[in-house]
Amino acid sequence: MGDILLFVNFYLIPGIVLGSIYALGAIGVSMVFGILRFAHFAHGDMMTMGAFIALSVVGWLGVGPLLALPFAVIGTIIVTLGVDKVFYKPLREKSTIIVVIASFGVALMMRSLIMVTWGVSTETYTTGISMPLVFFDGLRIAERHLWIIGITVAAMLAIHWTLSKTRIGKAMRAVSDSPELSRLAGISTEKVVQATWIIGAGLAAIGGVFIGWDSQLHANVGWDLILPIFAAAILGGIGKAYGAMAGGMVIGIAEEISSYPWLGDGPLLSPGYKTGIAFAIMVIMLIWRPSGLFRGRVY
Amino acid sequence: MSDQLIGYSNYAITLATMIAIYGVMGLGLNLNWGVTGLFNVGVAGFFAIGAYTAAILSTEETTKHLGGFDMPFWVGAIAAMITSAILAWFVGKICIRLRSDYLAIATIGIAEILRLILKNEMWATNGSRGISNIPKPFEELGGMAGPLAFLALVLVILAVVYYLLERGQHSPWGRIMRAIRDNEPAARASGKNVERLRLEAFIIGASIMGLGGALSAHYFKFIGLEATEPLLTTFLLWVMMIVGGSGNNRGVLLGALIIWSLWSMSEMVIQAFSLTGELATRIPYMRMFIIGLVLNIVLQKWGQGILPERHPGGKDARN
Repeated sequence: MGDILLFVNFYLIPGIVLGSIYALGAIGVSMVFGILRFAHFAHGDMMTMGAFIALSVVGWLGVGPLLALPFAVIGTIIVTLGVDKVFYKPLREKSTIIVVIASFGVALMMRSLIMVTWGVSTETYTTGISMPLVFFDGLRIAERHLWIIGITVAAMLAIHWTLSKTRIGKAMRAVSDSPELSRLAGISTEKVVQATWIIGAGLAAIGGVFIGWDSQLHANVGWDLILPIFAAAILGGIGKAYGAMAGGMVIGIAEEISSYPWLGDGPLLSPGYKTGIAFAIMVIMLIWRPSGLFRGRVY
Repeated sequence: MSDQLIGYSNYAITLATMIAIYGVMGLGLNLNWGVTGLFNVGVAGFFAIGAYTAAILSTEETTKHLGGFDMPFWVGAIAAMITSAILAWFVGKICIRLRSDYLAIATIGIAEILRLILKNEMWATNGSRGISNIPKPFEELGGMAGPLAFLALVLVILAVVYYLLERGQHSPWGRIMRAIRDNEPAARASGKNVERLRLEAFIIGASIMGLGGALSAHYFKFIGLEATEPLLTTFLLWVMMIVGGSGNNRGVLLGALIIWSLWSMSEMVIQAFSLTGELATRIPYMRMFIIGLVLNIVLQKWGQGILPERHPGGKDARN
């Protein structure tokens, strides 16, 4: 096996998979930040929620995680709309930083419900080892990785279509760019807010199921993703959905290829420090260009 | 004294010591958020660096981790304040000029990175096994006198921190901090160096959290990775501050008293039910749910906490 194939099989493809998961979380974080104007710290726990709903469906119906995906999406959307109604909406008129604090409380509540309902042990959707598919005499890719990348691409195309072609998508972009002007134009802010949560929660649930499918599932899986997801949203530019997609991909790939032996024999960066990459990228962006690559907002 | 009485007394001393340690850290957080409006959610990071600094300096020489250097308690405590101040300077330099949400993300980030370092750099921290045999001041007194003397030490430290912060907040320096929080353009227009003042408040607050970490390490005689998880430091402390009344030092101390008592006693309530099997391992996590719910209820119903902020010289508090 050549060096290039080794790089692609063991570093680049896992990087794209991880990047897909980050992007799915970062789009929601970025849109919530752009439209509701606050950093939503319960987003990772929404992903965990989706992942565990899928786990139950897998257990009840005996299907694979792929068929459980729609249930996870719908379940997470319902929970999120409820959370918004009960915990975020009453604070809408207050300073947004109060809502950030509330989102920490929501994160704790969600995680504790997940721990009480599903336990604290590590779970998996499927047992046994699946053999990767082999293409072109040496390019190995696991079937689930193909699904993860394919569904992420499809989800992003759907987001693109929604934002550019539908009425609600255009309204969302308008509110993100200027809430005052869009209110004058008669756009219902509450509808836009709900649409934002539906999209954000749906994508988060997909990302959560994917992280569980790709590795393992535990109650802290989403919280552990919150740092790279915020880093991706900042890298792409707050409020920019396409920026969040690109940002997630860049950070996912950067994390995985950072442990490739670029210099000498050992990994360039010890795999234990992978998460540090996201933080380093975020710090550099905050110093150099807080508006992100796609010229988002700086609050 | 009967055994039962000794048991209750020991429990009361433990409870009071923990409340006092949380009180110290809460005062630091209150300087950050309550007074200056700096959204620091990296308490766990500053706590951890303080705790590990104190642990490495005060333990006896060992091969398990860096040091130890067998230094006295106060050397470790001061060093803990210095290392957490340095960390805060680094974070503050980068994001103090940005809006609070970014500071929140950056402080969470630094806390998580620090956890990675503590986990991976086994030579210095003994990794996930943590640092044990940290000396506890006054332990040689034995019996109940030892814990009581330690409690007195923590209370003295708490009183000093409280006194200095109250003095600071009523001084021109403290008034400028409130001015920056409530109306930054006006503070800037009257010629105040907003970035510098904010950085000062951030660093002082963080070093107090580091001191809290040092106290905790000496109290438990052990510091490990679990103690650096955000739940028991960052979140609990935030809830204490919000419930008690952010901006009011006495309110924060009251919040520490109420929330830690609730947290500690709920454990006993759960034990009293003597659950068995799977449920017994899960029900304790309901405590997190209750803490999150209390936070949200207070935010919605009593935005200013139990003891609202009192402005020096003014009657209106922040909305």
